[in-house]
Amino acid sequence: MAGVAAGTGEEIPGWATALLMPALNVLLALAVSALVILAIGENPVEALRVMLVGALGSGGGIGYTLYYATSLIFTGLAVAIAFHGGLFNIGAEGQAYLGGLGVALVCLSLGGWPWYLALPVTIAAAALFGAAWAAIPGYLQAYRGSHVVITTIMFNFIASALMVYLLVNVLIAPGQMSPETREFDPSLFLPTMQEMLAAIGLEIAGSPLNLSFLLALAACALVWLLVWHTRWGFALRTVGANEDAARYGGIDPKRMIVVTMLLSGALAGLLGINEIQGVQHRLILNFPAGMGFTGIAVALMGRAHPAGIIPAAILFGVLIQGGSELAFEYPTISPDLVVVIQGVVILFAGALEHMFRPAIARMFRPARGRRVEVA
Amino acid sequence: MTPSPPPDNPTQAAGAAYAVELVGIDKRFGPVHANKAVTLRFAPGSIHGLVGENGAGKSTLMSILYGFYQADSGEIRVRGEPVRIDGPEDAIRRGIGMVHQHFMLVETFTVLENLLLGAEGGALLKDGVAKARAEVEALERSFGLEVPLDSRVSDLSVGEQQRVEILKALYRGADVLILDEPTAVLSPPEVEQLFQILRRLRAEGRTVVLITHKLKEIMAVTDRVSVLRRGEVVAEFDTAATSEQALADAMVGRKAALAVTKGPANPGPVLLEAAGLSVVDARGVERLKKVGLRVRAGEIVGIAGVAGNGQSELLEALAGMVPVAAGDIRVKEAVFNAASPLDPGKARALGIAHVPEDRLRLALVKPFAALESAILGYHRDPALAKGPLLAWKRVAAKTAALMERFDVRPRDPALRSSLFSGGNQQKLVMAREMDREPDILLVGQPTRGVDIGAIAFIHEQLVALRDRGKAILLVSAELDEIMALSDRILVMCDGVITGDMPAAEADERTIGCLMAGIAQEAA
Repeated sequence: MAGVAAGTGEEIPGWATALLMPALNVLLALAVSALVILAIGENPVEALRVMLVGALGSGGGIGYTLYYATSLIFTGLAVAIAFHGGLFNIGAEGQAYLGGLGVALVCLSLGGWPWYLALPVTIAAAALFGAAWAAIPGYLQAYRGSHVVITTIMFNFIASALMVYLLVNVLIAPGQMSPETREFDPSLFLPTMQEMLAAIGLEIAGSPLNLSFLLALAACALVWLLVWHTRWGFALRTVGANEDAARYGGIDPKRMIVVTMLLSGALAGLLGINEIQGVQHRLILNFPAGMGFTGIAVALMGRAHPAGIIPAAILFGVLIQGGSELAFEYPTISPDLVVVIQGVVILFAGALEHMFRPAIARMFRPARGRRVEVA
Repeated sequence: MTPSPPPDNPTQAAGAAYAVELVGIDKRFGPVHANKAVTLRFAPGSIHGLVGENGAGKSTLMSILYGFYQADSGEIRVRGEPVRIDGPEDAIRRGIGMVHQHFMLVETFTVLENLLLGAEGGALLKDGVAKARAEVEALERSFGLEVPLDSRVSDLSVGEQQRVEILKALYRGADVLILDEPTAVLSPPEVEQLFQILRRLRAEGRTVVLITHKLKEIMAVTDRVSVLRRGEVVAEFDTAATSEQALADAMVGRKAALAVTKGPANPGPVLLEAAGLSVVDARGVERLKKVGLRVRAGEIVGIAGVAGNGQSELLEALAGMVPVAAGDIRVKEAVFNAASPLDPGKARALGIAHVPEDRLRLALVKPFAALESAILGYHRDPALAKGPLLAWKRVAAKTAALMERFDVRPRDPALRSSLFSGGNQQKLVMAREMDREPDILLVGQPTRGVDIGAIAFIHEQLVALRDRGKAILLVSAELDEIMALSDRILVMCDGVITGDMPAAEADERTIGCLMAGIAQEAA
């Protein structure tokens, strides 16, 4: 009976873990946010309505929500795949930043290529640049024992400084003051969802949502196949769960760590496709805008599984889009409050994830006399 | 000699005649009925043995007594008084202490600091420490539990760490001490020391509950013994009035085979050879000193030795798990050394299978489904793949077949590896490693924590593999196992092979002397 040893906790059904707990966490986060909004003298119900309508109430709102979700799916997958290998990649922000640089360099040099020919090259560049930025922390973790959490954080700062240098001194478009490159050739712009759907006769409102969204969904499917249905994914999860057992199984954990970080960085780098080739059409400062960090929350809340990451990314998309609508409608509510609300959701969904677990486990325990003295 | 029926009348007034009574304890985990109306009574000032196969419900029962689980129904009485035990704190308050199979000590703390944990006695440690030191020293004296109080736990031997656990329970006022498989990690002299301690506890009027697989130990130290099978108490004996065979039969519910039957070996060519093999551990200590050995096809070579004398390192070096500092390993025709190291992948490709000593650390991935653990090391096998993807259906079918062949219970390939009992985990590992008909099998502690029925099965499988012309290297802390299975016996002491003899010429006394590193003048 050593298997059912003490302390393993009671089992709860999978659907409760996947649906009930995140739902409870989000509700609780909303309740706490409501208290904050009450405290500054606004009506929380009204505020929630504004947020939801802003994010989901119109075609344009939904477009924005899904546009944010696209970036979050990429970074969420990046963090998730590293999780499965037992690595905590905090550096998706910097890797995404470099991925954007790769996209921009390709787009600037390809001139008037049509987007569909350029896309494979820009995807490769985004993945390559993101992977390269993750490679050094991965190598240091595997072969030098420097913890990947520390090194990836440091690499975020280095990425930030590097991009400022490049945009101010090297890549800046001549004849202007703002640190950004010239706009790419319009033939390279990824089609927006509006354009794509118009081609098949569907009318939707304009938004930054573009082809990258489909790319993000494809990435989800690929990650799912890779992690759960390939030998490499088996090796990855073995390393993540038990490095000694992996070695016993003939898997080289050091190599796996490096390769995992490369893949993680590549996924994060794809954010550059959405932001740079899809929306900005030039390289600008700080375009990842914290999506790399929010991706950590998305991966946590989505239980590092694509089927969870997609809804989690959409939820955070709602928060970002609805939050900016909220700040717009209510002069008393500053954009910072929206950050607070997102923070509370992250706190409950990520950090306090197991808070409800014992209570839910009790709910699922057989009802009949669980106390000893009820003989 | 006939098993007396277990006491089954919960209403019978027992009063304070018993230190602890479990009356009609019933517990289910989903479909598993772990305890079926179990009634047990432990008399004060006695050592009560609890035996049963893996999964018989011993650990669940004791976890209920210690408050880790709550029974679905039934009653616990301490000194005749019904009590409610909602957690280990309650159990400790009622004077019930537990020593787990896997120690619950903070390795970087000193012994005294570990004893203080949970009983610090105020915000400042200073007062608590002084008080604890005096009390603990008194305890040490009265029970013969010498442990250096200011040493770090990580510097202690396993036997000493166990004494710390016992001391911890006593320091918290344990009147009833439950020990779960306490001897699994101990060397024979350490076992004897432990038994001395238990006898002194009994002499002081305390109650000891001893959970074990080893019938020899039950016979040696207990006063009374209860046998559990499939969640029920099937028999209770006064130890003096029973025998190992009677206990074994009661445990498995039929005549149990205690001895291994095997014919003479038919050794073939040398398949595995080590020459001048040295291994240095992470702290720079030489654990293996210029060891040489040969294992032939069709023979079982057993390595006897007190745990920690280099057998583990030898086994792991031959499996490619630890790097070699000097010397050669020859696997069939291939030679490996420090310059061209062996690794587990290469070893497997050459037909070496490895059942490691520590299955939970190496051979299984606890959160994985059984079918995932069942392909660890063989996940690159093209037979299990469908293009670039793993063919999970085929893997599941394969796992189901392995489970059938090796009688792994429950037969559920989707069940998480950690939820199988120790014996069933071991059978799953054995099944995986033996299924490929390896030419060379390295096997460490094949029956550690495994129940009697399964032990006989595993032994049969090993002998059958030998008879199919495979080479087997066996490391075991159980001298009986080495003697029963081996065709040739090597003895290790302090990283050196101190003896090498055909099993037919070996006797326990000679091997015991060699294990202890005493020169062989007796032989």
